[in-house]
Amino acid sequence: MSGPSSYEPKTAFERWLDVRLPIIRMANDTALDFPTPKNLNYWWTFGGILAVCLVIQIASGVVLAMHYVPNAGLAFDSVEHIMRDVKHGWMIRFIHANGASMFFLAVYIHMARGLYYGSYKAPREVLWILGCVIYLLMMATAFMGYVLPWGQMSYYGAVVITNLFSAFDGVIPGLGTYITTLLWGGFSVDNPTLNRFFSLHYLLPFMIAGVVGLHIWALHVPGNNNPTGVDVKSKSDTVPFHPYYTVKDGFAIVLFFIPFAWFVFFAPEALGHADNYVKANPLATPAHIVPEWYFLPFYAILRSIPDKLMGVLAMFGAIAMLFAVPWLDRSPVRSMRYRPTARWFFAIFIVATIILGWCGGQLPDDVILPIGKSETGAPTGFTVVWLSRILAAYYFAYFGILWFLKNEKTLPVPETISAPVLAEKV
Amino acid sequence: MGESLNISPDHADDPSRRDFIHIAAIAAAGGGVVMTAWPFIDQMNPAEDTLALASIEFDFSKVVAGQQAVVKWRGKPVFVRHRTPAEIAKAQADDQADMKDPQPDSARVKEGKSEWLVLIGVCTHLGCVPNFGAGEYGGWFCPCHGSVYDTSGRIRQGPAPLNLAVPDYEFLSDTKVKIG
Repeated sequence: MSGPSSYEPKTAFERWLDVRLPIIRMANDTALDFPTPKNLNYWWTFGGILAVCLVIQIASGVVLAMHYVPNAGLAFDSVEHIMRDVKHGWMIRFIHANGASMFFLAVYIHMARGLYYGSYKAPREVLWILGCVIYLLMMATAFMGYVLPWGQMSYYGAVVITNLFSAFDGVIPGLGTYITTLLWGGFSVDNPTLNRFFSLHYLLPFMIAGVVGLHIWALHVPGNNNPTGVDVKSKSDTVPFHPYYTVKDGFAIVLFFIPFAWFVFFAPEALGHADNYVKANPLATPAHIVPEWYFLPFYAILRSIPDKLMGVLAMFGAIAMLFAVPWLDRSPVRSMRYRPTARWFFAIFIVATIILGWCGGQLPDDVILPIGKSETGAPTGFTVVWLSRILAAYYFAYFGILWFLKNEKTLPVPETISAPVLAEKV
Repeated sequence: MGESLNISPDHADDPSRRDFIHIAAIAAAGGGVVMTAWPFIDQMNPAEDTLALASIEFDFSKVVAGQQAVVKWRGKPVFVRHRTPAEIAKAQADDQADMKDPQPDSARVKEGKSEWLVLIGVCTHLGCVPNFGAGEYGGWFCPCHGSVYDTSGRIRQGPAPLNLAVPDYEFLSDTKVKIG
């Protein structure tokens, strides 16, 4: 898509097609002969892994939709029908359910890689923002998909997430209620809600695929970033995508399938919740409701703030920060390999986010460090909600720290991608 | 063309018939898009049969003091709680306490029927169903994000901004209540 094409049609048919629909030329220039920095490490294989995840989710999802019934009275039983009666249904459903988790695992690694190596910096801001859009679409898709089995966790997940919008009643009275009624198609989460979630859950993956197309387009204009963060200076800094990265990505995909298959076949419910095998009951909330693991850090941020509107805004703000990061980080050096101060703040950011996720899975009033005892003898002290507050504050502070690290003393940045490799050999 | 779609600089002071056609065409197309979009958005609102779910009647004669019945109204739980004298006294005693959404207990029950508390059983935080009898104030405790309600259904602690809502209801007889 950029630079002169190296494609030369070899057969008469290819020459004929090339002046009518140059699709082979496009495949050649984007997936075969595309010049790619020669120093990409395994963190760069997650783009390919994510493409495979999307294909797996769409393929397994289309099959599940052949057996699933999007009706509040029948949905739960139709999922049990898939699990018990449909041939290989249990396996396809576990691939789809655990596939979502693996998809998020891969996307979090992919995002962390971009944050560490400065892949969001000029001229890749649009590429980064398209990635953030994909992430938002993934969250919406995963949330709506989780509602479809119509178990207790499905139902109350839908209740809590749609009620987030009711917080806007605190801005303009009635606005939040209007939005939630519009989302539900009724006065509560019910059959109309389930129907529309099914429709959108089927639609959004194809929208994701469309934005992935734009994401790859935006990638191929400036070309890949690389672990040094230094621009490609000459042809000697690159290798053709095929066979070098088709093989490397292919190998990484095979490795990725190992934990994926382990979950599907040996621990298919490890990431789920037993309560979701209880049919949705609008009259009783399970004693402990938590979202899926991939939403827990944001859930912890929501709970850490005692005010409803502020909690919701903080949660959305945590994601909005990602969109702004290309302009919040003002350092001229891309890769944190050469930013000794920033990389520490980055490491703490990753650890803080993971611990926030842990907090999101606990009860807010659980005591971590007991200090005293209350009148009833229950321990008091430092609670999960306070830990969440500290970590959430750091989560936001990190983006401000990046702003102030503009003049950080950096390590010497190599002249070219090849320079450090050649230096090691001497 | 080549310049602005609407009004070319040459004609800025002297709109020609062609500029008028441009503006009119864009306005008609824009208005058409908005008018077409509206039914596609509005279809998401509650359908007529959902709106028609008006009211229900409930016979509360079997709900003894200290108990709560949960009935479904418009897809939501409604709590019908038969309060004990101690619970009523506690709720009234707290009328002057520091609250997020201050309201006296008398405003939350029908006159002369203060033993019956009828509430929409939906936490005003994010919509979960609070657990009966749990929490520090003996009212309800929401398991989702830890909101605590007292024996009048008023928010006393936690992230919820408002008291549990009181639906429209009336007592039809000594044993029957009509909700909605």
